[in-house]
Amino acid sequence: MYRILKKRVLNPSVILLAIEAPLIASKAQPGQFIILRINETGERIPLTIADYDRELGTVTIIFQVVGATTKLLAQMREGDMLADFVGPLGTASDLDGIKKAAVIGGGVGCAIAYPQAKELFRRGTSVDVITGFRNKDLIILNEEFKKVSTRYFCTTDDGSNGKKGFVSDVLKALIDEGTQYDAVIAIGPLIMMKVVSEVTRPYHIKTIISMNPIMIDGTGMCGGCRVTVGGETKFACVDGPDFDGHLVDFDEAIRRSKMYAGQERERSNHMDCRLMKGVQ
Amino acid sequence: MSVSAKKIQMPVQDAKVRRNNFNEVTLGYTAEMAVEEAQRCLNCKNSPCVKGCPVNVQIPDFIRYIKNSEFEKAYQTIHETNSLPAVCGRVCPQETQCEGNCVCGIKGEPVAIGRLERFVADYHMQHAVEEKEPAKITGTKVAVVGAGPSGLTCAGELAKKGYAVTIFEALHRPGGVLIYGIPEFRLPKKKVADEIDNLIKMGVQIRTNVVIGKTITVDELFEQGFRAVFVGSGAGYPSFMNIEGENLNGVYSANEYLTRINLMKAYKPDHETPILKGKKVAVIGGGNVAMDAARSALRIGAETVYIIYRRSLKEMPARMEEIEHAKEEGVQFRLLTNPIRFIGDKDGWLTGAECIKMELGEPDESGRSRPVPQKGSEFVLEIDTAIIAVGTSPNPLVHKTTQGIKVNKRGCILVSEESGATSREGIYAGGDAVTGAATVILAMGAGKKAALAMDRYLNEKAAK
Repeated sequence: MYRILKKRVLNPSVILLAIEAPLIASKAQPGQFIILRINETGERIPLTIADYDRELGTVTIIFQVVGATTKLLAQMREGDMLADFVGPLGTASDLDGIKKAAVIGGGVGCAIAYPQAKELFRRGTSVDVITGFRNKDLIILNEEFKKVSTRYFCTTDDGSNGKKGFVSDVLKALIDEGTQYDAVIAIGPLIMMKVVSEVTRPYHIKTIISMNPIMIDGTGMCGGCRVTVGGETKFACVDGPDFDGHLVDFDEAIRRSKMYAGQERERSNHMDCRLMKGVQ
Repeated sequence: MSVSAKKIQMPVQDAKVRRNNFNEVTLGYTAEMAVEEAQRCLNCKNSPCVKGCPVNVQIPDFIRYIKNSEFEKAYQTIHETNSLPAVCGRVCPQETQCEGNCVCGIKGEPVAIGRLERFVADYHMQHAVEEKEPAKITGTKVAVVGAGPSGLTCAGELAKKGYAVTIFEALHRPGGVLIYGIPEFRLPKKKVADEIDNLIKMGVQIRTNVVIGKTITVDELFEQGFRAVFVGSGAGYPSFMNIEGENLNGVYSANEYLTRINLMKAYKPDHETPILKGKKVAVIGGGNVAMDAARSALRIGAETVYIIYRRSLKEMPARMEEIEHAKEEGVQFRLLTNPIRFIGDKDGWLTGAECIKMELGEPDESGRSRPVPQKGSEFVLEIDTAIIAVGTSPNPLVHKTTQGIKVNKRGCILVSEESGATSREGIYAGGDAVTGAATVILAMGAGKKAALAMDRYLNEKAAK
């Protein structure tokens, strides 16, 4: 069992949990993920590691409430136990040799972009952070990003905070201004990562994206997380989750992400009923 | 007394009923049936059956005890050489091993050794009250990577010798393929759990949720004081066909499909893991895994299930019993047929498989006739789910993160045939990680052999 040591509600639908998992904390690297299962009847879900503290032995995850499992996870409190928590899985991000980077986070993807920015900044890299949210109420990790960036741009789709528009617009403007990036790291919704990859493609800027597909084991066993990269099938769990954004077949990935959308809605509604019962 | 040329029949669930449930298909012998079947054993002097068993179960001995209704003694006889009798009695391919060598099989049917083993193991689990004292733990720490058949057997043998054994398992439940791969209707998970409980009672520690190579490396195990390591990480890496449309929604690897059902219990309403409940399902492949996937698909509500296999029935690697069971349950066999591409709709959902008819040509390296596509025979099979069961290869996680373990070009760990020793001192390996996908019992045999070699190695080292 794995104890929840800390819980923070970052915005109405995004929650941070710090989990006691010293073995994983001692090994975790930016870009890697864990798989958790809440209880005996639960499903295994992958979540990218948002932060880790080797001394405290904790691993931080940040997730958005999107379906039944995340809904239940959001109900858990400090001191509660998770049945299973395994990792660190996947290949760590390759950040070597990057002198100037743009780190881009979209929505809850910022949780995953954060450790990348933090690590790059620690290495002395010049880091421009660009984050994007639908509106100002959804902004997360604002203060944290300020501490690990050379320049920080926070956009909202509706202009309720910072610049109105999309992260890709800001990135394009920075590139057009003459900023020379060794690499762009983009993490967020598939469509955002696709658009960012299209922005950087004509400039031949190395673009690293992070996939978060449906998977079960996270060790290469199920093959459910397959993604087409440069015409070849890769397993995101072991070959990734980071891939070259210019080579990923995003359209296929978007289709595959909807595999259980119908069942997910049903289960999510059921979960609402169960949670309501729990409250009464 | 005349002895029947045929095995005593084992009761089974009716095919029409069982295709709708996950309960065990075969129901096992009663004590009377077991005693009667045991009478058929000729107790041959040279015991050819034992030579056919990868773990050398003393078959005539345990059958003699059954004849006398001494079932617990029969169990103890089996358990001396086999740590997982309830499993082996159910999933071993006895027809090519012990029973394949049985003298009775020359003129009639061989003695039903598998069914007898199963009866004895189940009897023990129902009746045994007192467990044997656990062996004295000497304190020498030994690690086992992977809680599948080879790892569990290796751990059991080492525990018998008094080693402090810890098994590290990547999934949340021990059992390996017995838990995630083989379905409930063929091997009830309760039986697997009982066998594993026996190991825990013997002093074996099992740590789940630890991925060796990620959470801890093999080198760190040595640093933590483990004196020898057995790698039984299996062949869990699914192969695909590399044909068009394989990443459409609705195309599964057999590993994923079976794991969702067996490990995650996706078929139970109170479990959260989703699974696509296709109406027209095609399983590609002809092994036991393909049969398991096809029969599982029926049980979660498929109306039509095809097995698509590129050779003929004769070459099918699945056990005849599994093929028969699948046919009885209504699985349709499309033999000498191979898919050449999967077809999807505009939203990326599978709608069909274009297949081609095959002819058998000259034998290939495997000794089986090579299937040759017949030009112009292409046709489209309408399906909404496809399950690829064309094999698996060893998971590279352990050897990729451990210096000095040599593998062959297929990624199988190279070991000494006699001892299971790898190219690095103190590290042994066995099971599918060494052979590529094979059987439960061969993995168990390898685990046992390695345990004996590890014991010798550690003794020699201690003597120095």
